[in-house]
Amino acid sequence: MGVITDNLDLWGEALLGTLQLFFGGGLVALILGTIVGAMRVSPVPIARAVGTFYVNTIRNTPLTLVFFGFAFALPPLIEVRASGPAAMGFAIAALGVYTATYVAETIRSGINTVPVGQAEAARAIGLTFGQVMSLVVLPQAFRSVIPPMMSVFIALLKNTTVAAGFSVLNLGSMRDWLSERGENQLLVIVWVMVIFVALVMLLSWAQRNLEKRWTVAR
Amino acid sequence: MSGSVLYDVPGPRAIIRNRIIGILTIVVVLGIVAFFVWRLFATGQFAASKWEAFSYTRIWEQIAIGLWNTVSAFALAAVGALAVGFVLAIGRLSDHAWVRWPVTAVVEFLRAVPVLVMMFLLYYGLPVIGIRMPSYWVVVIALVAYNGSVLAEVIRAGVEALPRGQREAGYAIGLRKSGVMRLILLPQAVRAMMPVILSQLVVTLKDTALGFIITYEELLFFAKRLGAAATLDSPIIQSTIVVGAIYIGLCLLLSGAARLVEKRMQKSPRVRAAQEAIAPRLHEGTDTEVIAAQELAHLDDVAKADGR
Repeated sequence: MGVITDNLDLWGEALLGTLQLFFGGGLVALILGTIVGAMRVSPVPIARAVGTFYVNTIRNTPLTLVFFGFAFALPPLIEVRASGPAAMGFAIAALGVYTATYVAETIRSGINTVPVGQAEAARAIGLTFGQVMSLVVLPQAFRSVIPPMMSVFIALLKNTTVAAGFSVLNLGSMRDWLSERGENQLLVIVWVMVIFVALVMLLSWAQRNLEKRWTVAR
Repeated sequence: MSGSVLYDVPGPRAIIRNRIIGILTIVVVLGIVAFFVWRLFATGQFAASKWEAFSYTRIWEQIAIGLWNTVSAFALAAVGALAVGFVLAIGRLSDHAWVRWPVTAVVEFLRAVPVLVMMFLLYYGLPVIGIRMPSYWVVVIALVAYNGSVLAEVIRAGVEALPRGQREAGYAIGLRKSGVMRLILLPQAVRAMMPVILSQLVVTLKDTALGFIITYEELLFFAKRLGAAATLDSPIIQSTIVVGAIYIGLCLLLSGAARLVEKRMQKSPRVRAAQEAIAPRLHEGTDTEVIAAQELAHLDDVAKADGR
């Protein structure tokens, strides 16, 4: 317990860093992912091709490589020093760009789970495109998207630790910081593991609850 | 994409609107590309001195070593993860609570811990109690632990989603528990889950890059060192581009192979039967299960298209 109580300041900062990465990266991923997901199901061939290219490329790129690009290759290119808040910004961008592909695919497959007949029936009774989307398709798609979307966010939470390799303070980098204060590294890492197991359990619990509330009756 | 839920056949106004959206997309993409090309020019990244490094055989030898380190860690981790996956899956499906519970706890724990933190534990944590191992083994063991537990969940889900009649028929013809598992349940579960298992192997390959953070000398490690070499004009952007292309190429190659296997298997009536029998809805905590949900949705698409 001493490892935690003696260094409460640092643990607090690290937890804050992890949360910043999680919510920041999640927000970027949701926005970018929704755009890419919409492109993937759009009737415009070019938009579909660009969306597919993005998803296929990033999905086959290791997250560490994305971080590497944002932390080492991008800063000299746009002439920004990657330190302090800028480093955090680059890390959030890296997580967002990577996670966006999973968000996009989740949205796309959610929309694909809605039977074609639903939209056809909606059009047959004379609803406009906007009404078809907002009243029939999206409410059903949204419900089947929620559980896998939570999985995407659980993966994102665990992926925030990769930022530790690129000098952004978060729970993953506690070992580095606390070993400088002479703490037992093994103990620090075990505590980090305990925190992550707890956080993941919390999210899984939320996921199960949402799933129960939101299942589509078909 | 024909038969999308969302759109009717476009009329004249929709066709014009779609063309405008198409042109806008092209403009935005070209704008992004142009921005990067401009920045590459403005910061002098096309200078010959920046690329000189890649004209030396020695540099390419080093890249080859990095590539070998990446591939060899992946190969062993993939084999190990498959083996551990089967063992853990069978443990989780055991009839004995004293086997099932501990294995379940281990699987849930391994899936919840980030792979990088597991690598830290093995690389920095264990030496505290006198256990030291080279970074190669750290990468392999961490990847086996995580991907093995994920694969265990995938295989278990496959077995549990099979119709009960399969197991019952097995017992009825006089097979023992082990026989039912080995001859009836596992083969069908594996066939049905093959797309997910293969995409998890791609995840394994991608995660070898985490070794970079614990100084395993794989491709990224070498890219960083080359990028810092002042005598070669510190070509960090160039080395990221080259090594990045190699990494992505490698993953695309594996994904392509996975898709090829999947397509081949789709032709087999046994596989289709197993996949139709299962068609479960998987969504729990990892990348894989997301992919699983998507792959299965994709299978649905295929089935729908065939039915049409």
